[in-house]
Amino acid sequence: MIIWMVIGMAVVTAVPRFLPALIVGFVTFPKWVDRWLNAIPYAALGALIFPGIMSVKPDAPQIGVIAGLVGIFLAWLNVHIIFVVFGAIASVFLMTL
Amino acid sequence: METQAIHTTASSTRLHMIKRGMIAGFPIMLGYLPIALTYGVLASRTGMTNLELTLMSVLVFAGAAQFLAVGMVATGTGMIEIIIATFVLNFRHFVMSLSFVNRLKGVALRAKLPLTFGLTDETFTMSALYKDEAKEKYGSLFYASLILTAYLSWVGGSYLGGVLGDVMPARLSDSMGVALYAMFIGLLIPSVKKDFKIAGIAVLAMLINFICQYWGMSQGWAIVMGTVLAGFSGIWLLEDEEVTE
Repeated sequence: MIIWMVIGMAVVTAVPRFLPALIVGFVTFPKWVDRWLNAIPYAALGALIFPGIMSVKPDAPQIGVIAGLVGIFLAWLNVHIIFVVFGAIASVFLMTL
Repeated sequence: METQAIHTTASSTRLHMIKRGMIAGFPIMLGYLPIALTYGVLASRTGMTNLELTLMSVLVFAGAAQFLAVGMVATGTGMIEIIIATFVLNFRHFVMSLSFVNRLKGVALRAKLPLTFGLTDETFTMSALYKDEAKEKYGSLFYASLILTAYLSWVGGSYLGGVLGDVMPARLSDSMGVALYAMFIGLLIPSVKKDFKIAGIAVLAMLINFICQYWGMSQGWAIVMGTVLAGFSGIWLLEDEEVTE
């Protein structure tokens, strides 16, 4: 039973992932579509960060937001991404002590 | 003599690209491990066997959807509903994949197609910011090793979570929930510093996502809306990139 659920989930996840590879090879997009697709990563990052980050501690949304600001601060100082991650983890850890 | 010299350079470039991909994938590994462990623990608690829960990570490889499925199994939701919810939650990868393969125009389909199966929020955004590798020789090896690093840590972490159970102190694993968000921030900020208009695109996506969820749209569709619509602002905000071929 579980196995069929897993297979079903795998199919509906995989098809949207690989379909564009089959489409894009055969179509030449106008330049504005290229600009749209080049903006997708930045838009995706925005949509993935907020409001999701407020659910790091669902009962205290400010904790995620403050940790995010610590992350922005560290990243702004050109700190390596690993330490941006560590810094945010440490600030959540300290805030929930 | 000469051909041998060329061979050495070629293989060292290949190895070099694989190594670089692993380094680029390392932050994802760091973010995935605690989450995969948690997934494994939760899944085994709902009665899934280690084989089933590991197989789900192997075949589905999508964190949020797997957590959702485990939660729905626990509450006795039907299989069809779980599959539909998975589709909705993961449909955003369609948009991401469009953007990803559009960058890899120079890469053969047989190399590109397997890569797309490994697209997640994290592997996509990380790859997108290493865009120059797409034009380099053996660029597909770079992306392959980045994705494999993430994939193996997700699958391995899930299995370990199922086998070992709760090994991490709760407070630590709670704090580590912020890791992937911090990674997204760490990916976004350098681009914002280079071009402030990128902040506009990202903030617009945040607002659209927030408003859509506020109106009661599911998280999956809200992220798709935020990504697609805010991406449109790039048509006016971004400049054309020079074609190098």
